[in-house]
Amino acid sequence: MSDETITGIIAPIRMDYRYTPGTATSLFLRAMKEGRFEGRRCPSCSKVYFPPRGGCSMCGVEFAETVPLANTGTVATYTIVNVNFANRAVELPYVVAEVKFDGADITTSLLLKGVPLEEVRQGLRVEAKWIPEEEWDYSLANISHVEPLDEPDAPFESYKDAI
Amino acid sequence: MEFAYTRSTGPVVGAFLTGLRGQKVLGYKASDGSVVCPPPEFDAANNAPVIAGELIEVGPEGVVTSWSWNPLPRPGNPFDRPFAWALVKLDGATSSMLHALDAPRDGITTGMRVKVRWADERVGFINDIACFEPAGG
Repeated sequence: MSDETITGIIAPIRMDYRYTPGTATSLFLRAMKEGRFEGRRCPSCSKVYFPPRGGCSMCGVEFAETVPLANTGTVATYTIVNVNFANRAVELPYVVAEVKFDGADITTSLLLKGVPLEEVRQGLRVEAKWIPEEEWDYSLANISHVEPLDEPDAPFESYKDAI
Repeated sequence: MEFAYTRSTGPVVGAFLTGLRGQKVLGYKASDGSVVCPPPEFDAANNAPVIAGELIEVGPEGVVTSWSWNPLPRPGNPFDRPFAWALVKLDGATSSMLHALDAPRDGITTGMRVKVRWADERVGFINDIACFEPAGG
């Protein structure tokens, strides 16, 4: 035990949120629990939102159609993180990718693993890696991360509108 | 969501917490004769800064001056079962300090004698006092 005089303390403050998802997020989370990606399509501009929302932010209309999506996608853009959040120990550096899943028109932020930092790039083809099925919950955290596919890069045109 | 706030204690609270780590409860003998525990940063009677080195030991036994039963403990509370919060005036002090009291509900009375139960691992934090418990005999 140290005999130095105490000069500081760590006083953790915790808040537990009870979250009530709306219709769109409920559908999305139920599909996640069953191991499926589900987006929703705007009846006006035909864009598919994933994760889905209640309505299209561009057209201002309510979504009606649910669209199953692939487990594969394209890195639209990314960030290499070299600085941790305060008090949060994640091994550095790590890569956060904005992934446009095939069939979707917007991106989802996910951890990208399995590729050297100097090879991380826009257009990289990836697939979602799920945590073990017995741990699936109503959560996007069912996706542990994305990993590269052994495929040629997607052309810029295919994801430019998602950036 | 959880944030780990890192806080500077200042000299007086730092000395108080250092005392707890060494199983000593420290209070401040103020200019008006009162003994305040936990010690304040300034003397309430003459506004003089409190000198950390002049703190005096109080307790470790004391008397319950008020208490409240907590039937629904929350995460982070000292116990995960119902327990009491108590104001305890330690022997030698004239003010009371708030802490958990581990005693059956029907055994708690204002005026009962209690004593500090020290935590096995003490790090210089208020939880170095695990709780108060009834003083034997």
